[in-house]
Amino acid sequence: MLRVLQSCTGLVFGVCLAHAQLISRPVPPSDAVERGQKQFVIQCAGCHGADARGDDNGPDLVRSVIVLDDEQGSLIGPVVRKGVPNQGMPAFNLSDVQIRDLAAFLRERTQAAINRNAYPLQNLLTGNAKDGEAFFKGAGRCNTCHSATGDLAGLASRFTPAQLQTRFLYPRGGRGGTPKATTATVTPRTGPAVSGTLESIDDFTVGLRDSEGYYRSFSRDAIKLDIRDPLAAHVQLLKQYTDKNLHDVLAYLVTLK
Amino acid sequence: MKHAVLAVLYLAGALAAQPLNPAKLLQPPTDSWPTYNGDYTGRRFSPLKQINQATVNTLNLAWTRRFTAGGGRGGVGSVQIKATPLEVNGILYFATPDNAWAVDARSGRELWHYTWETTGGLHVGNRGFGMYGDWLYFETPDCYLVSLDAKTGKVRWNRQIADVKQEYFCGPAPMVIKNHIITGVGGDSLDVPGYLESHDPETGALQWRWNTTPRPGEPGSETWPSRTSMEHGGGMTWHSGTYDPELNLYYFGTGNPNPVYAPQSRSGNNLYTCSIVALNPDTGKLVWYYQVSPHDTHDFDNVETPVLIDGEFKGQPRKMLAQAARNGYFVLLDRTNGKNLLTAPFVEALNWSKGLDADGRPIPNPDMDAKPDGTLVSPTEGGAANWFAPSFSPLTGLFYTHASESYGLDWKTDLSKSPEGYGGRNQTIWMQNVLQAIDYKTGKIVWSHRYPNQGGNRSGLLSTAGGLLFGGDPTSNVFAMDPANGKMLWHAGLQSSVSNGPITFELGGRQYMVVGAGDSLYAFTLPGH
Repeated sequence: MLRVLQSCTGLVFGVCLAHAQLISRPVPPSDAVERGQKQFVIQCAGCHGADARGDDNGPDLVRSVIVLDDEQGSLIGPVVRKGVPNQGMPAFNLSDVQIRDLAAFLRERTQAAINRNAYPLQNLLTGNAKDGEAFFKGAGRCNTCHSATGDLAGLASRFTPAQLQTRFLYPRGGRGGTPKATTATVTPRTGPAVSGTLESIDDFTVGLRDSEGYYRSFSRDAIKLDIRDPLAAHVQLLKQYTDKNLHDVLAYLVTLK
Repeated sequence: MKHAVLAVLYLAGALAAQPLNPAKLLQPPTDSWPTYNGDYTGRRFSPLKQINQATVNTLNLAWTRRFTAGGGRGGVGSVQIKATPLEVNGILYFATPDNAWAVDARSGRELWHYTWETTGGLHVGNRGFGMYGDWLYFETPDCYLVSLDAKTGKVRWNRQIADVKQEYFCGPAPMVIKNHIITGVGGDSLDVPGYLESHDPETGALQWRWNTTPRPGEPGSETWPSRTSMEHGGGMTWHSGTYDPELNLYYFGTGNPNPVYAPQSRSGNNLYTCSIVALNPDTGKLVWYYQVSPHDTHDFDNVETPVLIDGEFKGQPRKMLAQAARNGYFVLLDRTNGKNLLTAPFVEALNWSKGLDADGRPIPNPDMDAKPDGTLVSPTEGGAANWFAPSFSPLTGLFYTHASESYGLDWKTDLSKSPEGYGGRNQTIWMQNVLQAIDYKTGKIVWSHRYPNQGGNRSGLLSTAGGLLFGGDPTSNVFAMDPANGKMLWHAGLQSSVSNGPITFELGGRQYMVVGAGDSLYAFTLPGH
């Protein structure tokens, strides 16, 4: 009966803080949710709102303890059938199936509130594309490495605005093609320097893949290490963006169809 | 007759040797590590020095053992030992979600394994046990307080402490103060109210409950706009605190207010969320509070360990409390009354804050609240610090914490006047981990160790009188540094990164250091002892 609703979708750099696995209750069948919603709109929405969040006439049901503790109408049913006369709620003569459908709809509402990774994002395109282009070519110095007609041509046709927004800030996985790897040069105390792409690094060991494809590792206490991170400018820009820059650049990038 | 007397003495000796002597809780940890932080101060400082700067380069693996249960259901997620094991009379006690073990501290041999049949809940982690005599206490993800017999691992009783169907989940190590088993709860998903409870060690019966948000008419209710906002205001209690037996005050940090990213229905400072609070553990009554993140809008739970420091401040001896908060500020308080002595940032670029008010409290910048089109916030949701244990060495006077410089995007998704749930989303953009050594007297960073790779785990820390600072790096090394300057003195590569805080204890003249990494415990000791 238990299922995994969320996995570690917030995994970034190996960090999973708030998105750990949730052993959750079953998602109700969609046909029951649909029937329940229709019935809710007709008989309940007048007081509880079409989204069940309540309004001036009736309480929020999405965060109601009765609704949350309910199992397929076990607690909702008696309330619906008896009503709550002292709070102005009449009794409703509903069948067991109708009660279960209502419970399914309300369960779907609570799960929609809980599952933040599925919250739809609103309009991200609030910036000024011309100002974004000016930043790209000016203060941001993005054109030092990038070109709207070169490496970024067609960018907006490959990514949604939400993907573009996180990727232009820091393109962890590259720009949709091959990741542009960090390179490094190791100079041992004796012997020639070795350059290559950086495969691993910590305080003690560094591992490179040289131009011939050989893996080479070194103890860091016996070498001089020079790292060239092609994304260093992106990190620097994180500290410089104004809120306007942030949205203007996105507005410009979505024009690169 | 003589034999009978001897037998009685032996029996008494054997019995006396097994249960946790409560006096151990009041001493610096040496032959035991009897509570989450080793003692009540939260300093995670050990007076042991057999393993020291001269001997650490011969530190050897004594044993390692895997514990593969507790990674969650449905095949998702690997086991992460986030619990700090207790070590009492040569036995280690620790837990993962729904699972608990006792193992021989000298060999790693499993003595018992207890499994809880779950009914749900977020299986994010279990921080371990509290212990009272022969009895152990831990919390399950579906929010039961379970008491086990330390000798056998058999369950004595369980008691529900929150309703998992309301989206609570549980996992802090219960705090044992006198005859109080203090339990906390977690859960940010559906705007439930936070609270702390105390339970009877024999029966589990409720002794008191303290709500982290007030009810209408109570002090603090003036910092909320409505009954609904405070009853759905969050303020979780998902981490253990510290205790001053002289003042008889229990100190702990409270979580963020709800809805997390859509604050339009909760104008005001939202007491007592994101605060350090001092309670009388006998009554559960609030004695003082200090709010580190007034009106939080960034998920900056303020549950980081409030570390008790006795020392000088501006030439005067003081009883103090220090915290490196998730919001990026180091806070030093007078723990007798909660008055602020010092506040200073411990990472750069805290763009969510406009500075400090006259009481040293960070002032939030509302322009940096989540917006529908995204706000670039530093630090990101995971914070500059988080639950992983800091350490304070009275020998160096330095407060050590792992920290992150980071940026994240916060989007508001619920624009209604009565938002529900998180009300928004967050995505970490970039993160760089560092180890900060902070002078508690000035708040200045005395030294900083910047890891050469981005992201990764942040471990707990341990300092010792042997002139060592133990921790784990963001990849998979456990290390010992010189706590005076951050120089690396020793390291060992493990199967995965350190996922708890290292502990140390002495058994039969031999000092051990034990650390958890992923699904394994590793015990290190010196050769020839």
